[in-house]
Amino acid sequence: MHFIRGWESHFAGWFSSRLFSLLALPALLCGCGGQGESIRIDGSSTVYPVSEAAAEAYRVEHPEIRISVSQSGTSAGFSKFVKGETDISDASRPIKDSEVEEARANGIEVVGFVVAQDGLAVVANPENDWCDSLTVEQLKTIWRPEAKGTVSTWQDVNPDWPDVPLKLYGPGTASGTFEYFTQVINGEKKASRPDYTPSENDNMLVRGVSNEKGGLGYFGYAYYAENKEKLKLLGVDAGEGDGPVKPDEASVKDGSYKPLARPIFIYVSKKSLARPAVSEFVNFYVENAEKFAVQKLYVSPSQDELASNAELLKSEATAHLEPTAAN
Amino acid sequence: MSNSSPPVYRNSLAEHSNGRPLAKFASNAFAVACATCTIVCMATLVVLLWKIFQFGWGRVNLDFITSFPSSTAENAGIKSSLVGSLYLIGLTALFSVPLGVGTAIYLEEYCKPSRWRTFAQTNIANLAGVPSIVYGILGLGLFVRAMSLNRSLLAGALTLTLVILPIVILASQEALRAVPKTIRQASYALGATRWQTVWGQLLPASLPGILTGVILALSRALGEAAPLLAIGAATYTAFLPQDIVHDDFSVLPLQIYNWTDQPQEAFHQAAAAAIVVLLTVLICMNALAVFLRYRFSKRIQW
Repeated sequence: MHFIRGWESHFAGWFSSRLFSLLALPALLCGCGGQGESIRIDGSSTVYPVSEAAAEAYRVEHPEIRISVSQSGTSAGFSKFVKGETDISDASRPIKDSEVEEARANGIEVVGFVVAQDGLAVVANPENDWCDSLTVEQLKTIWRPEAKGTVSTWQDVNPDWPDVPLKLYGPGTASGTFEYFTQVINGEKKASRPDYTPSENDNMLVRGVSNEKGGLGYFGYAYYAENKEKLKLLGVDAGEGDGPVKPDEASVKDGSYKPLARPIFIYVSKKSLARPAVSEFVNFYVENAEKFAVQKLYVSPSQDELASNAELLKSEATAHLEPTAAN
Repeated sequence: MSNSSPPVYRNSLAEHSNGRPLAKFASNAFAVACATCTIVCMATLVVLLWKIFQFGWGRVNLDFITSFPSSTAENAGIKSSLVGSLYLIGLTALFSVPLGVGTAIYLEEYCKPSRWRTFAQTNIANLAGVPSIVYGILGLGLFVRAMSLNRSLLAGALTLTLVILPIVILASQEALRAVPKTIRQASYALGATRWQTVWGQLLPASLPGILTGVILALSRALGEAAPLLAIGAATYTAFLPQDIVHDDFSVLPLQIYNWTDQPQEAFHQAAAAAIVVLLTVLICMNALAVFLRYRFSKRIQW
């Protein structure tokens, strides 16, 4: 439910700051305590499966730590994270400067780790025998806002292709995947042709493309991997002379599948990291991120990202040992 | 409820078209149209339920109900979300029934017709139509943040109370209004105070109607996902909430929503199984309502 993002924080902020600050009394009566052993995670629904896998695996060794994972969306998750309401924020995009500022204003420093890479698959119907790959230029021809009404058949994309109606499926306009795709392909965030079938549930996109001969859609690679017989995976040609590349574990990991592969993150508040329970869990999560990513059909972070993770862990994981860091 | 008029009499009236074939035809056509509506509704429901049960039934077992959620579909269960849902619905009932029925009694029995009453009445009717996500955002600002209740059961129950309060009030008002004026007049004539009239006559008489409204409203609350997602209720919790102001919780609709969104077919099956459990809880609630309704309406003797 990504539609909560954006105006959610505006209204919530208004209610909390102006109207009802007097009502904080019950919190004084029954506040405090209960904090000790719990770790709160919220944010992107794309990252959710990885965090869930990490929380579950950690529970085997540490059943006393109460970890909860929510998925209210990257932006909604950050809006809670910067107020100190959550310890870890799942994100399918890097944190924005404005969000870092807001966190700092609340006395929260953040540290981010790449936990996986998500390749966006461009897929067509299995009956489509004319197209094996698309260039970034062609994708732009299909998906840019001006394409509305002018690009309506496959022939409009390439004159050699048949006159089959082009039926487009993609994520809803509030999702991080949509934001990423439009930015990379159309050159502007959220600039997309409006006449496609959107759904927040990627399984609906799978169904749509697999039922339409002229279907074309994009979504996370995991949804292709689970529906290989119903879909045809298309290669993407970045136009840099390397030819079309199809996404798979190797091509996403080594970066040759571009530009539709992106890192996904967790952000941790340093304040929370000062608590041994959190820092131990984050250590465990980040060190085993490759395993959790692969388990949930994502691709593990690149070598560079893994190296930077390790370095960050080394410098941050000891934070709780310094008495000054404790809060 | 009068069951004194024999159905034969009513039928003979309806058949009595006095040689107006068009009117008779229209009457029959209308009956067919209504029957078609019923069949369409029923068929849709039956097909939907059939598909869900067929898909999910094999997954419903004790393990499923007593396991925590998991990232492997085979091990995934609904323990935390089922318990969360039950807690939540209990707390919501605890808050919404006294508030809702109290408001209805005030508006119907105490408040004189005035601008204030019209104002309150209009607002309640409008609030009943507000999308539940809006209450979720209000709940996030008011309960989670201003009152610092965190993403707790208490915050969730208060939010859901907001969602269903207008429905409870309207249903209770309707039930109170259905008590004949003569009952009130008789009660006052015997020297009863307003309080005695309400407590001794009106409430028992309207209880079946109020109960129906409350149960319908609670059933709706049981199925809500959006407002709880907004306040940040969890999807993965591998523990049961131990107190209602600190611990995070999960609910069945959120778990179902999450599982249908996963790429693996096995999770979709788990979602169908969770729907079966949710439906079972709903049917139990409704059965309880029917039972209570039956018991209380037996006591009414006018």
